[in-house]
Amino acid sequence: MEKTVNQKAWFLVLPVLLLVAFSAVIPLMTVVNYSVQDTFGNNQFFWAGLEWFEEMLRSERMWDALGRQLMFSGIILAIEIPLGIFVALNMPKSGFWSSFCLVLMSLPLLIPWNVVGTIWQIFGRVDIGLLGYTLDALGINYNYTQDILAAWVTIIVMDVWHWTSLVALLAFAGLKSIPDAYYQAAKIDQASRWKVFRFIELPKMMGVLMIAILLRFMDSFMIYTEPFVVTGGGPGNATTLLSIDLVKMALGQFDLGPAAAFSIMYFLVILLISWVFYTVMTNLDKREG
Amino acid sequence: MAKITLDNLAHSYLPNPRSEDDFALKELNHDWDDGAAYALLGSSGCGKSTLLNIISGLLHPSQGRILFDGKDVTRAPTAERNIAQVFQFPVVYDTMTVHDNLAFPLRNRGRDEAYVAERVQEIARMIGMEDMLKKKARGLTADAKQKISLGRGMVRKDVNALLFDEPLTVIDPHMKWELRTQLKKLHHDFGHTMIYVTHDQTEALTFADKVVVMYDGRVVQIGTPEELFERPEHTFVGYFIGSPGMNVIPARIDGNKAYVNGSYVQLARGYGALDGKVEIGVRPEFARLSQTEGLPVKVRRVEDVGRHKIIRAEFFGTDINIIAGEDDRISADMNRVTFDAAHVNVYANDWRVQGEAA
Repeated sequence: MEKTVNQKAWFLVLPVLLLVAFSAVIPLMTVVNYSVQDTFGNNQFFWAGLEWFEEMLRSERMWDALGRQLMFSGIILAIEIPLGIFVALNMPKSGFWSSFCLVLMSLPLLIPWNVVGTIWQIFGRVDIGLLGYTLDALGINYNYTQDILAAWVTIIVMDVWHWTSLVALLAFAGLKSIPDAYYQAAKIDQASRWKVFRFIELPKMMGVLMIAILLRFMDSFMIYTEPFVVTGGGPGNATTLLSIDLVKMALGQFDLGPAAAFSIMYFLVILLISWVFYTVMTNLDKREG
Repeated sequence: MAKITLDNLAHSYLPNPRSEDDFALKELNHDWDDGAAYALLGSSGCGKSTLLNIISGLLHPSQGRILFDGKDVTRAPTAERNIAQVFQFPVVYDTMTVHDNLAFPLRNRGRDEAYVAERVQEIARMIGMEDMLKKKARGLTADAKQKISLGRGMVRKDVNALLFDEPLTVIDPHMKWELRTQLKKLHHDFGHTMIYVTHDQTEALTFADKVVVMYDGRVVQIGTPEELFERPEHTFVGYFIGSPGMNVIPARIDGNKAYVNGSYVQLARGYGALDGKVEIGVRPEFARLSQTEGLPVKVRRVEDVGRHKIIRAEFFGTDINIIAGEDDRISADMNRVTFDAAHVNVYANDWRVQGEAA
């Protein structure tokens, strides 16, 4: 069919463009605006150029927060993805128990973030929390308000509890789409359980796993509420992740300029990592095809 | 290679089958001779695939035993049975190359690489994919993928039996013929026991030494293509094999005459009293349209299919088909039909009745 060029078609995109402008571009521009200016109060602003960006790039505080953030995202991905796959592989494939498992697993996903934080904050308390009290009674030194390791373990376990089911649900959907004939053929070919996973299940799940990794990465990289409710970024700065640090800087210290510069770089980092990840995965896909 | 014996075998997908209707595969006793090529023919849902999966061990039967050369393997897993099976839809390992796909069953059994390479080359030549061995299987077309599946089925030399579950459904017609020829050749060269499931009678009749016709979970006839054509043991066989299928006409039998609505058709044999639903069956090839002889018939339509003509007609309220030669003239006043007495079969409750020489 002949395709006609009609520049008027651009008008059809206009409503979306306007919507995006109001929801994203204009708010982002105010951040850009703050990032290149300085203020001494009284709503008076002075041009500061790239000064805040330079300061932030030199700031040890930001690099530390970024390091902690990467470690956090890395650890939860390394746990949640394999664990999610493992759960999906061992779930009942159909029938009542399958639905039952799905509903049960979806429950943590339905709980609001700060409630999740509160649950774990109380759960882990040594005086009244079931987990904290039990561990303490067993003679294990567990106190997330004082011990760095305990604080990290708590926020990681909390995130795993909250989000592994998302990975499991996606992986389960991927597994369900594999026709029976594949498993039958594998039996005929005498493939071991590992080979069935490696050559049938994993390739068929690749698409949904990519989405799961991307979602979990972006989400965990921006995480704020849950660790804030549990540890408040402590002990010291041990669990001060990027978002927590950003809020401290912007609202606690009211350093609007540095905080704006910080958030722009934060945004670019997420965009960059997601883009690199996506490109690498799709190229891998193409090369194999 | 082995002789496969089915002993009182039956299968139901329900946990507690009550009546015979609950069984997808009804009680069955049969020997699959070592080295023979069988076709398992029947319409969709008649239990063909169920039977195949029981033989390969993908399914365990609800009752009965299955023996390989006299050894009971009813509960043995697929791996122990050493069977190759090819499925209706292509199964390939996407992330592997064509070569690795073909090598997979051999490598899983720990064969050495030199042997694997040699076998893969041989099979690749057979399925015409020698120049694609280095390619990933993912991007290939459906029929290339199915050829790989077939290749994986054939790559092992020492299998007890080769099972095919409608393997050529997704292959285009030209390639279908060629692959079928290859399969026949493979059978000829190596003498594997082969069971080939299909609902395509041409495929079944050209492939197999013996055709097993299944209907409603039951084996209704096992025979050579000629036997199925000449003496269908069940009306389903008559209807399913042949194009068009056998004409089945309700009748009342008295000695060597079949009465249809007061008029009679001469039979070659004599019959005793018959109970239940009594019918006569006669293939369109053995019916002839005439001006003067035979019984009245109302011609509805004449179809010229190239090699011959098919006359669709009504015979005392029953639709029948008559085949006439390509050069036969069919005129408007030809409104009678005669049947070749030697080829009129008698059926009681759908099963053929053996008559006595009259």
